[in-house]
This record gives sequence, structure tokens and C-alpha cells, in this order.
Amino acid sequence: MDKFYHSVRLDEELCMGCINCIKRCPTQAIRVRNGKAQINSKFCIDCGECIRVCPHHAKHATYDKLEAMKQYEYTVALPPPSLYSQFNNLDDVNIVLNALLMMGFDDVFEVSAAAELVSEATREYLSENPDKLPAISTACPSVVRLIRVRFPNLIPNLLPLIPPVEVAAILAARKAMEKTGLERDKIGIIFISPCPSKVTYVKSPLGTEHSEVDKVFAIKDLYPQLLPCMKAVGDDPPEIGTSGKIGVSWGRSGGEASGLFTEDYLAADGIENVIRVLEDMEDQKFTNLKFVELSACNGGCVGGVLTVENPYVAEVKLKRLRKYMPVARNHMHAEAEELVKWTKAVQYEPVFNLGETMMESFARLNQVERLLKKLPGLDCGSCGAPTCKALAEDIVRGEAVESDCVYFLRDNVHKLSEEVSRLAAGIVEGDRDSYEKFKVMTKYIERISDEMTQLDRKEGRKRNDGKRID
Amino acid sequence: MTDMITFHYRISPDDFTRAGEASSDVKSKLKKMGVTPEAVRKVAIAMYEGEINMVIHAHGGEITVNITPDRIEMILADVGPGIPDIGLAMQAGYSTAPDAVRSLGFGAGMGLPNMKKYSDEMEIDTVIGKGTTICMVVYI
Repeated sequence: MDKFYHSVRLDEELCMGCINCIKRCPTQAIRVRNGKAQINSKFCIDCGECIRVCPHHAKHATYDKLEAMKQYEYTVALPPPSLYSQFNNLDDVNIVLNALLMMGFDDVFEVSAAAELVSEATREYLSENPDKLPAISTACPSVVRLIRVRFPNLIPNLLPLIPPVEVAAILAARKAMEKTGLERDKIGIIFISPCPSKVTYVKSPLGTEHSEVDKVFAIKDLYPQLLPCMKAVGDDPPEIGTSGKIGVSWGRSGGEASGLFTEDYLAADGIENVIRVLEDMEDQKFTNLKFVELSACNGGCVGGVLTVENPYVAEVKLKRLRKYMPVARNHMHAEAEELVKWTKAVQYEPVFNLGETMMESFARLNQVERLLKKLPGLDCGSCGAPTCKALAEDIVRGEAVESDCVYFLRDNVHKLSEEVSRLAAGIVEGDRDSYEKFKVMTKYIERISDEMTQLDRKEGRKRNDGKRID
Repeated sequence: MTDMITFHYRISPDDFTRAGEASSDVKSKLKKMGVTPEAVRKVAIAMYEGEINMVIHAHGGEITVNITPDRIEMILADVGPGIPDIGLAMQAGYSTAPDAVRSLGFGAGMGLPNMKKYSDEMEIDTVIGKGTTICMVVYI
């Protein structure tokens, strides 16, 4: 599998070439070229910010359609705790779990149940590895991807435990095979995801060779089908839920840390805030911290781009739901103890380097600095890059040209026009070189025309069939 | 090809919110150059400590960073009060930071010791009443 696989994609038909996404992408992975956005797969961390901000809905996440259930003889749903936060007045997770069975799943395995095992393994890791603290949570795949490409110094701080969804998938698959006697490929382990980041994790996991999750559905796809089933289940469903407060809390920011029984933790949510925290951690600005919980989405998983509820409302609902639950209902056992550990270390991927070698990068950094002195420094985004610096870097990488900058282009046109006026004046005065001047002038006029066409093309990305979009 | 790139940063006096901007910019440039993560870490920490010191003790100043393919040199120059006793200032935990600064979480007395710890070479040139210039080098 491609190590830079992505579930966030672009629909070129819908893309208007506006600059909303390039300005908001936290890793500057998007450029607008030839009037359409392009995602650089090496820089993208699948956080889904571009999906959130695109006014034309041109960005979307790929995931499986509900019909995929039919491919299997036996299916197990893996509902995440963020799913429970989507419903009004829910006071019993068993309503959701039984509704999933009614929808057609043969069994359910709560991700929150596996989360309680990961919490226990984390507590043990923190006490046994004081030299590796603070440990950074590895539950949010976008955060792990971000650290892998941008914060190499923090890779040793990553908590080397697989995320709860994977623990749930492994245990659910084993249980299903034992219960049904079916071959593994006849069983579908299906995760109901709040975000595209976890879809990417399943296709291209970090910390393990491959994922046991077979298909990933989006909460927002399942939601309309689940609601009528929940009504049909009624208020007094059979008890099949197996998780407590610790597991269910994982759905919101700070929830994972709350299960570690320490006050020495930091929890940050929202990708921009996460980057600030990582920058400060790199500079060793925090002392005496044991655990750092970072979620790319605002509010944590409840804020995932594939959910339906406002993240802050969802957080309140999750808190209310926890009220009558026991603290924890799952405890570490020998089978889980082995499988929660990473089997493959995360490696640094220096994708932001300007060149292949340090000498090449050094020379290119020099060129970037020289270009920055020429560019206007307005970070207007009209060139299709988020900042002048990003454009300068694209130019030295050979992915853009100076005339992509509209100000640069306009200055050029202005200089050429002045030259044409000067030559025309010479011809009118009838000096000896009039014919030569006329030929040069014609060439200049052609260049002006070319550059005006380029400008028109840039402007054209804001238009559609002559109509202005914004 | 030029074999050195130079960057200049003006450090504003008494503005804690902006302290760290220069070291953060250098850090990002070094990462794009493909400098080893360990060297980037050393530069980032040493320079950040220096920046904070300039804000707390010296009413700002100027930082010059010279990058060559084998070393990063950081020259931190200020026209502050100078360091009366370098030996004492280099002791971990010793600080002359005022209470107001300590209440912000700074002034733990680890500035100079950390600068020394994370740089491969460090020279301090200080004159009481005139200012201090610190030159730190990290090898790549």
C-alpha cells in the first residue's frame, strides 16, 4: 500500500479554483494550478480541514458504501464512542448497539471497550518509561502523520500502542471466527468512522503492518438509517454494551487523558492548536508533563468531518451519557497485552525538504531567500500557493514560475508598455532605425499580449461561463 | 553558489508573545534544508533560550544567523546591562529575572546553561553597562 495513501480527495468538476482550501490547509499541501485545486499527497495528513472549508463541496472523503455489508457472510460493527454523541436524549448506549443489529449487522464490538484496554496499557507504559515522557497519544492518525513528516524530534515520544479501533478490530475478528467457524475473509469487520483520517489509517496504518478493519462507513451515512432502528428498539433494550466511563470518554478531547489518573497531562484539539503545541514541545517549553493528547478535530473525535452533530453539543451529550456508567468494564488480559503494542516503528519522512541532498536543499534555500525579496510579500494566494514563501519554494522545486505571481506579471506588462511607448515615439520622430524599432516593438506587443492572456487565465479561475462565482 | 546564508532578526523588548518567532523561523528553514533532526533541536532550543534572555534582561536586541553547509552560527547581540558574573549566571537555577517575569513561568535560571548544553561552541562577550554578545555554534 502507498505510504502516502489518502482518503481526502478532490472533485475537479466542483472545484472553482477559489483559494479557501489553500489558505486553511495546515501543512500547505494544496495548490491551485490551471484553475483547479491539487492536493500534494506527500504533504497531506488527511485532517479534513479542506473538506470543512470548501464552499463548493469539491473536497470529499472516500469510504465504503453501506451496501459493502453484503459482501460478507457475517458482519461485526465497530461503533466509536463519538457515534453515541450524535443523538438527542440518548441515555443508554444499548439503544444504539441494538439498532446496529437491527440494521443488519450480526454483532457489535464497541471501540470504547477496546479503548479501556489501551488506557490500561498507557497507564502501565507511563509508569514503566519515565525517560520517554511526555508520551504523545497515537489515537488520532492525522497527528501521528503530522509528527512523522514535520516533527521528527518527537517521534520517540509517540505512545507505541495501536489505536483502540485496531484493538477492537483484532479482538472482534478473533471472536467472530471462534463463534461462527467461518474463514476470516467471510467475516466483515466494519468501523463506523467519524473522520477521513481513520479511513486512511485502515488503508495505510502507522505502527502496524496492516489493519484488521475490512470496511469503513461514515457516521453521517449510517445516521439516517440508524434513527428509525433506534426508535424501533425502544427504551428498554437488551444489555449488550460492555464499556464504562473511561472508554466512552475517548470520544472527546481530554477524554483519553482522563482515564490515566494523572493531572500532568495536556490535551489540545483543532489542528492549528495541535501544531502550536508540537512546536512548543519541540522547543522543550513544557516540563513535568506525562501525557499529551492531541486531536486534529475541534472537540476531539466528536468534531470529525464525517459526523452530523455540532462538536460542542456532541461533547455535552457524551458527558451526560457517561453519568450513570461504571468507571470501567474492561481490564487487561494476556491476549490483549501482546496485541496492543506497535509492531512497526514510525519513521521520519522528510517530505518538506527543498532538495534531495543537503547541499541541494541549501542552494535552494538561498534561491528561496532571493526570490522572497522580489515577490510582493502580500500572501494574497492569487498565484495558487498559500503564501509568497510557498510560491518561492514551488519555483525552486520547479513546480511553479515567477510569472505565476500576478503582481510580478503586472509589473512586467507595465515595463513592456513603457518600452513600447518609447519605441513608438522614436518611430514617429522618423529616426534612422525606425524599421528595427518597429520590429522590436511588434515583439514587445506580442509579449504583452501573451502575458495578458496569462493574467486572463488566472482571473478565469474565478469565473464560470462568464458568470462571476464570488 | 553562495556558501553562506544569513538571516537577521530584531528582538522586540519586553514582548513575551513574540519571543520565539525568530528561533521558530530558523527551525523551519533548517528542516527544509534537510538538517538532521538532532541539530535542528539543538539550534531551536539554544536560540529560543537566547531570545527569551534578550527579552527579559536586555530590552531586546538583534540576532544574526549564518548558515553554511557544515555549521549554524547564531550571534545574539544586545545593548543591555551586561552580565556581572558569568560564572554565577552559568549555574543551573541561578536567575536575576524579576518577579513579574517569574510569574509568567520564565526566569528558572536555565537560560545560559541550556544555551551552553545545546550548542557545540559558545562564547560570551559582555561589558557592564554596554551590552552582551553571545555567539553559539551548532555543527551539522
